[in-house]
Amino acid sequence: MDPLPATTPVVEMDAVTKRYGAVEAVRGISLRIDAGEVVAMLGPNGAGKTTSVGLMVGLRAPSSGAVRLFGLPPTDRRARSRAGVMLQESGTTGVLTPREIVALFGHYYPAPMPPAQALALAGLTDKADARIGTLSGGQRQRLYFALAVCGNPDVLFLDEPTVAMDVEARRAFVASVHTLAAEGKTVVFTTHYLREAEEMARRIVVIDHGVVIADAAPRELMARVAAKRVAFSVADALPGGAFEGLAVTALESSNGHVRFLTNEPEAVLRALFARGVELRDLEVAGADLEDAFLSLTRRGDAA
Amino acid sequence: MTTAPILPMLLAQTRSDFRMRWRVPAFSLTSLILPILFFTFFGLPFARNTLPSGVSEGAYLLASFAAYAVGNVMVYGFGIGVAVERGQKIDLLLRATPLPAGVAIAAKVLTALIFSLISISALIVYGVIAGGIHQGVATWVNVIVRLLVGSLPLVGLGFAIGYSVGPNAAPAVANLVYLPLAFASGLFMPMSQLPGFVQRIGPYLPVYHYGQLAWSALGAPAEPLVVSLAWLAGYTALFMAIALRAYRREESRKFA
Repeated sequence: MDPLPATTPVVEMDAVTKRYGAVEAVRGISLRIDAGEVVAMLGPNGAGKTTSVGLMVGLRAPSSGAVRLFGLPPTDRRARSRAGVMLQESGTTGVLTPREIVALFGHYYPAPMPPAQALALAGLTDKADARIGTLSGGQRQRLYFALAVCGNPDVLFLDEPTVAMDVEARRAFVASVHTLAAEGKTVVFTTHYLREAEEMARRIVVIDHGVVIADAAPRELMARVAAKRVAFSVADALPGGAFEGLAVTALESSNGHVRFLTNEPEAVLRALFARGVELRDLEVAGADLEDAFLSLTRRGDAA
Repeated sequence: MTTAPILPMLLAQTRSDFRMRWRVPAFSLTSLILPILFFTFFGLPFARNTLPSGVSEGAYLLASFAAYAVGNVMVYGFGIGVAVERGQKIDLLLRATPLPAGVAIAAKVLTALIFSLISISALIVYGVIAGGIHQGVATWVNVIVRLLVGSLPLVGLGFAIGYSVGPNAAPAVANLVYLPLAFASGLFMPMSQLPGFVQRIGPYLPVYHYGQLAWSALGAPAEPLVVSLAWLAGYTALFMAIALRAYRREESRKFA
């Protein structure tokens, strides 16, 4: 059935840039995503995540470099027939029902799943026969997910999939992604919810200012970046240059409270003591992904 | 097989487009009832008259309003329909799927043809009964076929409006363009009864030549079919070019 050799990557981006007028949204991304991977594209708003997904699915053409989907141009119908896409800013008609539009979209793909199955995966069975115009924002978001999976695609591209979902819907959604991943589907999603990346992805690609600044498994990412969060209070102002030359990032100091990230808490604290810093309420904790992210995107700050 | 078969896709898309149009009363009621209403006011009072050419004025006006009805579906259906879809960003949703653009457009055209067929069939049945118009079935079938086949420039006009203006402006623009066109082309009353300056402008308008298709089918005096078709082909090319330009401009803005 699969005419491509098993080694053909699902997505290949080769030194891709994308500029909109004077703005360079993507500034040289090279990326390879293989079959069966679950990849989170993580980054703050405006980092270039949506543009990257747009490039991967052929909604945008690169300014330079090359993008391939299953070894083909992403606009090729054969490539698109194997991809399901959920976009942030698309819309739909209000006068059809979810069951009708999911059945319609199934006709676009060579081997769709039954509409009822797609609706169930999206948690939309209850609203399957309601007019789309009567759905809430979260329910619409589920509908877009149903439309992305209904063609039974090999790869799913989900751009900010959980926006507008409530806690319950989000939990169901995460479960559905796990189900699809267990079936061997490739899933690429963007998020700025860091927990979501940690929860769902086996690989996290961190994007900032249009470049990849980290690309690793969640645990590996944590190990590589500042792994400890240190917080304490000081009675007096910090002496000038207290942190000079120390390996810390994301340093914040206000109203006598000091916080930073570091990989060497012992060495840093030793140096601070030696410089005469009187500290109280010391806390040293393992950094979570949010902290890891902070230390990656603000790498230059404390230097 | 690595892609879905085209024909079932086209049928599913057409069925879905038809449902979408049918469920918007502003469109479905307007395109079905307005022509019947207009014919009742402007056609029925003269239905039993005979034109100087010997053709029944009732049949002449019924054919005219049938032409108006098809244009109604094409210009409003495409003009407003396409503009609204762009406004709702449905185009973006479809764009990322394997649905070929050609299938999407063909489904729209088929939907509009089906709507037109329903609209003018209902109108003609109503007009023949209410107006006591005696004209053979074969003649009306000929009128219907000519009006559907000749509607291409109106499809183009609809697309040109739909891709050029936003969803809020589209209804107004469609009205401002189509109503004067229909009026000045003699669809609401015979050309000979229109003001002199309109009679001079009319023969240069696309809808005038479109009406000729219907009138000549009744045996009313009309320009040769070839001339009508040449005018309609020219206008089709013009409107499609405008539509394509607007479409490309949007493409480069949205998807470059």
